[in-house]
Amino acid sequence: MEFKTHISVRNLSVFYGTQQALKNITVDIPDKKITVIIGPSGCGKTTLLKSFNRLIDSQDGMKVTGQVFVDGENIFDPQVEVTHIRKKMGLLSQRPYPLPMSIYDNVAYGLRIHGTKAKKELDRRVEHYLKEASLWDEVNDRLHTPASRLSVGQQQRLCLARGLAVEPEIILGDEPTSALDPKSSRRIEQRFLELKEEYTTVIVTHILRQAKRLADYVIFLYLGELIEHGLAREVFENPQKELTKEYIRGTIS
Amino acid sequence: MQRKRFLKDIIAGRLMLVLTVFSGLIVFLMALGLYFRSQPILAVKPLSDLLFSSGWHPLRGEFGFLPFITGTLWVTGVAVAIAIPFSLLTAIYLSEYAPRGLREWLKPLIDLLAGIPSVVYGVWGVLVIVPLIKDYIAPFYGTFSTGYSVLAGGIVLAIMVFPIIIHVSLEIFNAVPYEMREASWALGATQWQTIKHVVLRKALPGVIAASVLGLSRAFGETMAVLMVAGNVAKNPTSVLDPAYPLPALIANNYGEMLSIPLYDSALLLAALILLLVVLFFNIISRIILVRIEGSV
Repeated sequence: MEFKTHISVRNLSVFYGTQQALKNITVDIPDKKITVIIGPSGCGKTTLLKSFNRLIDSQDGMKVTGQVFVDGENIFDPQVEVTHIRKKMGLLSQRPYPLPMSIYDNVAYGLRIHGTKAKKELDRRVEHYLKEASLWDEVNDRLHTPASRLSVGQQQRLCLARGLAVEPEIILGDEPTSALDPKSSRRIEQRFLELKEEYTTVIVTHILRQAKRLADYVIFLYLGELIEHGLAREVFENPQKELTKEYIRGTIS
Repeated sequence: MQRKRFLKDIIAGRLMLVLTVFSGLIVFLMALGLYFRSQPILAVKPLSDLLFSSGWHPLRGEFGFLPFITGTLWVTGVAVAIAIPFSLLTAIYLSEYAPRGLREWLKPLIDLLAGIPSVVYGVWGVLVIVPLIKDYIAPFYGTFSTGYSVLAGGIVLAIMVFPIIIHVSLEIFNAVPYEMREASWALGATQWQTIKHVVLRKALPGVIAASVLGLSRAFGETMAVLMVAGNVAKNPTSVLDPAYPLPALIANNYGEMLSIPLYDSALLLAALILLLVVLFFNIISRIILVRIEGSV
């Protein structure tokens, strides 16, 4: 199967102090597909994900070599202005962290910091993205109450709406369902499947069954190294490397 | 043998209990003592007269606290107006911008400021701040000042209050989850937007508590202010006027002028007022801080 590349990673190594978290990774992330990064904990999954929007920048003692191209632009080029890279991507973290403000303001936050001021426009878009994240029906009567009062599952969907509101091209999910109950997890997964027509999606997970449900494309990392990557069905049904086989069988974790 | 062992245990326990209860009670005992000792003056003059009249002529039996109260408010106000912006910006820099190495170096250095004896601040104020005001600041505004002024007191106090506000604010900023900042950055917010809309917003109650804590320190601080504020019993009308804050009044006169009738009682009333105000500020800020810890 041929696909268009959205993010291409070339010889990427990331160091935290003397410790090397990623070792010379080269891989292409397909456009408008769900790519799932799997691997045991501490293998560099989150580092790889957070290098895409350069959130790893704020770690002390972080050093990067190699390149990551998004839409053909090397995002680690010192000339690059980081906020416009981040605006291209919505992030869902392991636990939802609503900002300390109302439900409405959480979604409007990204719009406001990028210059949308008109009340009508904000109203329209907040409603639109809350619907996109399938949260509107549950909160439309209390938009101006603090977001922290929502349940964890609702908060995670709010974070999705907040991320979508800045009109990204890419959705990044760092184990986005790990704090959620099974029902809320399924709702988030469902949204990912529906949204993949419009967005390139990259998800980190350590839940193999979730990876199988969602993935079009799989990247398997082990101790900072890229072991295997390819179409989901091929990797899951016919892994080429011994380590991948063992991980999928569940003998290493 | 066995019995002796248990007896010792019981005695040690009881003794420590008594000491603990006693140190907890000291504040109340002091307040109570001050209250009773200030009764004689309250018996002859209504409290509102004492608080809101400006005449301070102990020999004639006039005890108007107003100049001292306004003096305290002026000096505290100037101190807080200088200290809050400076220490907040410092705390923000240290918590949000400074690389870890620099932060680990600077934090203990700032905390060290809190350990300097206040008389040293006072001397420093006399030697540096007072001449600075007399020779440069007052002439710049085309007026005369001896330098011993509200401004001198305010500046010295502000520097004494810095470490408190910085220290507490840093703790508060640390309590804001890192992931909340990440969420904001991930939306393309700049560092400053993140600080303004997320970190400060989340930390606001704590920052207020930190400021109130600093304010109460400034309010009751005696030595340094006494040395630089000028000590003239008149309502100040500008920051270049001298002031005579309440703590300085008590420290300067208690034990000296006690042959004058009611003088002793008047000073103890002033002490009581000071104690209650500082206690009130402290309790307010503790309540806010405890609430925050409970909610994080």
